[in-house]
Amino acid sequence: MAVKKFPIEASHIMMFARSVGDDNDIYFDDEYAKTTEPGSVIAPPTFMQSSAQFDPDYFLRPAIGKPWFGSGKEATGLKPQTDGEKSSDTKGGLHAEQHFEYHRHPQPGDILTATNLPGKTWEKEGKRSGKLVFSESITEYRDQNGELVVTAKGVGVRTERPVDQ
Amino acid sequence: MALNANDLTTGQTHKATLVEDLKRTQIVQYAGASGDYNPLHTDEVFTTQVAGYPSVFAHGMLTMGMTGKMLTDYVGDGRLTKFGVRFTNQVWPGDNLEASATLENIEEVDGNQLGNFEVITTNQDGNVVLKGYAQARLD
Repeated sequence: MAVKKFPIEASHIMMFARSVGDDNDIYFDDEYAKTTEPGSVIAPPTFMQSSAQFDPDYFLRPAIGKPWFGSGKEATGLKPQTDGEKSSDTKGGLHAEQHFEYHRHPQPGDILTATNLPGKTWEKEGKRSGKLVFSESITEYRDQNGELVVTAKGVGVRTERPVDQ
Repeated sequence: MALNANDLTTGQTHKATLVEDLKRTQIVQYAGASGDYNPLHTDEVFTTQVAGYPSVFAHGMLTMGMTGKMLTDYVGDGRLTKFGVRFTNQVWPGDNLEASATLENIEEVDGNQLGNFEVITTNQDGNVVLKGYAQARLD
């Protein structure tokens, strides 16, 4: 995802660490963090994913005043198509792969930018969910000095039908 | 805290329990922290009636995040140089997850000893939900 300004903040790291069940004090206590090898609070390994919070157009966050596909009074907030088919927005993209390369571990005070590089797209026939369309996205996170901090590669997949259980 | 290359042998495995009886509330917590509010993870009505799944399920990135804790507890803070995974099965509320890191080899790059690990997370039925690799700087 492309983000112009992703400020790394201690309270965001704290909330993120809690949510993944990580009670390591390096994410919560800056005094303790000073005594560790990194010497500071650092971002947990998968924290770059939360740059979505700073993407003004992130499609998986309800946008003020716009339709949202989650439930309200009805099971989906989107109007049914006239042909009775589900909107393609509700067919469900899933996350297939995620890769991170750490050039260093970001810390509170860093202000990152995220730029997207073109990725591949490919198709495969799946046994459990019909035709699968994979698409790759590569994101480079750079700091306030233009130095590369983390390179991320995500692969998303759109399935023809829900995955058989 | 960090691992010493001299203390490791190829094939050595470190294991940790990630979660027992995963709660929907933790999935909601992850949605809020990460910013991924896809209703598939938090909205039972939408997920069962519109998307056609038996219940909400965890973000793949929540499983990766929990697996990341196993890794950083093992290799030390700030030591990871690479971490990549494939999500091979969905993770559901009520699941118990266990993760392992197995040393594949140690390589020397620019004077650094780097350990390459195979990373696997499994559920209570022994099904692999996440499979990948990690690389960490060793002493």
